Amino acid sequence: MPKRVLLGLLLACGLTAPALAQEPKTGGVINAVIQPEPPGLMLAQIQNGPTQMVSGNIFEGLLRYSPKLEPQPELAESWSISEDAKSYTFKLRKGVTWHDGKPFTAADVLFSVEMLKQTHARARNNLAQVDKVEAPDEYTVVFTLKQPFGPFLGIFEVGSMPMVPKHLYEGTDWKTNPYNNAPVGTGPFVFKEWQKGSFIRLVKNPNYHEKGKPYLDEIYWQIIPDAAARSVAYETGKVDVLPGGSIENFDVPRLSKLKDTCVTGAGWEFFSPLAWLWLNNRQGPLADKRVRQAVMYAIDRDFAKDVIWNGLGKVATGPSASTIKYYTDDVPKYPHDPAKAKALLKEAGYKGEKIRLLPLAYGETWQRWGEAVKQNLMDVGINIETIATDVAGGNQKIGDWDYDIAFTYLYQYGDPALGVGRNYVSSAIAKGQVFNNVEGYSNPEIDKLFADGAVATPDSKRKEIYEKAQKILVEDVPVAWMLELQFPTITRCKVKNLITTAIGVNDGFKDAWLDK
Amino acid sequence: MLSFLAQRVLKGVIVLLAIVVLNFFLIRLAPGDPAVVMAGEAGASDQVFVKQLREKFGLDKPLPEQLFIYVKGVVTLDLGFSFRQQAPVAKLIGERLPATLLLTLTAFAISLALGILFGTFAARFAGTFLDTAITVFALIFYAMPLFWVALMGILLFSVTMEWLPSFGYETVGANLTGLAHAVDVAKHLIMPAMTLGLFFMATYTRMTRASMLEVKRLDFVKTARAKGLSDAVIQRRHVLRNALLPVVTLAGVHSGTLIGGAVITETVFAWPGIGRLMYDALLQRDYNLLLGVFVICSAMVLIFNLITDLVYRLVDPRIEFAS
Repeated sequence: MPKRVLLGLLLACGLTAPALAQEPKTGGVINAVIQPEPPGLMLAQIQNGPTQMVSGNIFEGLLRYSPKLEPQPELAESWSISEDAKSYTFKLRKGVTWHDGKPFTAADVLFSVEMLKQTHARARNNLAQVDKVEAPDEYTVVFTLKQPFGPFLGIFEVGSMPMVPKHLYEGTDWKTNPYNNAPVGTGPFVFKEWQKGSFIRLVKNPNYHEKGKPYLDEIYWQIIPDAAARSVAYETGKVDVLPGGSIENFDVPRLSKLKDTCVTGAGWEFFSPLAWLWLNNRQGPLADKRVRQAVMYAIDRDFAKDVIWNGLGKVATGPSASTIKYYTDDVPKYPHDPAKAKALLKEAGYKGEKIRLLPLAYGETWQRWGEAVKQNLMDVGINIETIATDVAGGNQKIGDWDYDIAFTYLYQYGDPALGVGRNYVSSAIAKGQVFNNVEGYSNPEIDKLFADGAVATPDSKRKEIYEKAQKILVEDVPVAWMLELQFPTITRCKVKNLITTAIGVNDGFKDAWLDK
Repeated sequence: MLSFLAQRVLKGVIVLLAIVVLNFFLIRLAPGDPAVVMAGEAGASDQVFVKQLREKFGLDKPLPEQLFIYVKGVVTLDLGFSFRQQAPVAKLIGERLPATLLLTLTAFAISLALGILFGTFAARFAGTFLDTAITVFALIFYAMPLFWVALMGILLFSVTMEWLPSFGYETVGANLTGLAHAVDVAKHLIMPAMTLGLFFMATYTRMTRASMLEVKRLDFVKTARAKGLSDAVIQRRHVLRNALLPVVTLAGVHSGTLIGGAVITETVFAWPGIGRLMYDALLQRDYNLLLGVFVICSAMVLIFNLITDLVYRLVDPRIEFAS
């Protein structure tokens, strides 16, 4: 007897009730900005942000997630978990077809899992706990785990596990498959045209499995490489949607005040982008915990939030963003306290050794932030040298551990086991990678806590473990946490229901409609 | 003439190959490779992922082997495959080249026509208010950075006056055809072409003016005047024609700079040309694509220079083609 059965219908009714206040209108075209131009649209093979933003309309996952990160039906209409929490059974929605008319079945799910294990770094990691995947019938898929894995239900959104058409990919060379350039999914919009350097055009899928949806006829993703030009494109009415992060932060207040403009910070709950400074724990003064703590005290993070990010975002308290599971703020605090920073540096015997700071080459806001941090650190007597690089150069230096302090921001994926642990456990130390534990922090107690947390049951046990881990990490300061970033999405107010899930504009525009 | 051409083409091919080899190594001197960039963008990576990408791009092979593969490709007119964009480089460049040619040639024509016109006027009325006005005007455009002119243009003509579109090649989704489409593209072209053209126009204005003033003082002009030729004929046929040689030289040299300027202009105006393709490829360390764009740009510069040499002959019949 399943422990709990969640019926998609019930959930769907509950969640769409408020939207009934205004009846959606059908038709219309949305012009949205995409930045930078995606390298391709085959989501199973390319996982960068812009690819997901466009392809979230073409492909679908088994589940979606509400802003509170509760699973909702997508290609799976219901699911159940066995008593021992090791077996997950998904009932697939019937009558779903790929854009070429072929039916979507359990065989596609099995194929997708196998493909993603090879092409998708995050899926490979997420699926590591899976012992086997089986399809007892055409519309049922059973995942059997090696051991219970707490966040398992959180790995099925379209970006983490997009479904791939088996009939078009099986037995082909995936890298050069022609459908990579004309992707075929089950999603609400069908790929139509891509004029490289100009726009990507998607049109309504007339056979979409949710009757009546999508409401829009077409989506144009406009490619505009310059940040200022993107702002102007919105100002002059050429685009209706500026997804979070597509304009410089200092333009947000100005554009927000324009007529008929609506702004929302929603749709980032799953990613919860958290910015921090990698501190190279291996060498030099930063190997000393007291120097790392001094860095935390030296930096004025409220200033960064209020001035550099125009009041958007939230000062981070530790390794978890406040929007993800098991977050606690019951941890040591690091207010801006230059005197304390100086005392700690003195205690650690810091003699003014040169420390190299790598800012992030993501545009003007990040450059300003780099300058502010440099000033903060120099104010307490840390001898900072800024190393200017482009993104590729910066990634290379971080991967080679050739830095002292480096800016970054990373997604958390809703659960500490998915997006937090990887940055601190010693098994994730490996030269040549841009993410994971590049700071070289190694603490057996933390390793054990994250290992236990991933597989512990019940939920209260996981909570206890992760709260303990947060406390230890904040005391040790393996990296200097800065801000929970907020990337507001700016739209014309006539665009309704654009963001309905925890991944916002990345989840496709199937609920969006235009109030003309 | 033919043997001159053959010689120049042969030299051009050798120069092109040297450029390919040099660029091949120069690009690889920059830190980071396409695998690192793509792993960085994926939001998650592990060593397997980076290794897979390197194998996919052929970056795991020794450098001389990579060079050999690439040069062999170029010689057989195969510019390789952009794994980042998952398409043949030649196709990607082919899609974008017309837009860049339209932009740069329009800018080139504007700059040359206006530059020579203004320069002639300035020289003809040297020392007057008109001369000062033109000189100052030229100096301003010569001194202003391209991207700034572009942004100010957008602010004035798109945001404030709402006369011209601020970005793109055409109105997306309008599905225009025939004349309406041509007008639409022209509207989109005006600002980028003017932005790119104004800088060069300023240079040609100054060069034409200086050169004409110099020629004006020469004896043959006095002779022409003594023969009783009208001022207009002297200016056009004798002074301008002789004064144009340095301008033609400069224009030839500028062909490379023009493409450099197109990178900035295309980025600010979201013009879908190869300048932007090159910029993106550079940031993404898309080696094959970047090298491909370099090859095409180098070839264009070589062709421009060849044309310059031919134009010399037209402008000044005294110049002979040495074979």
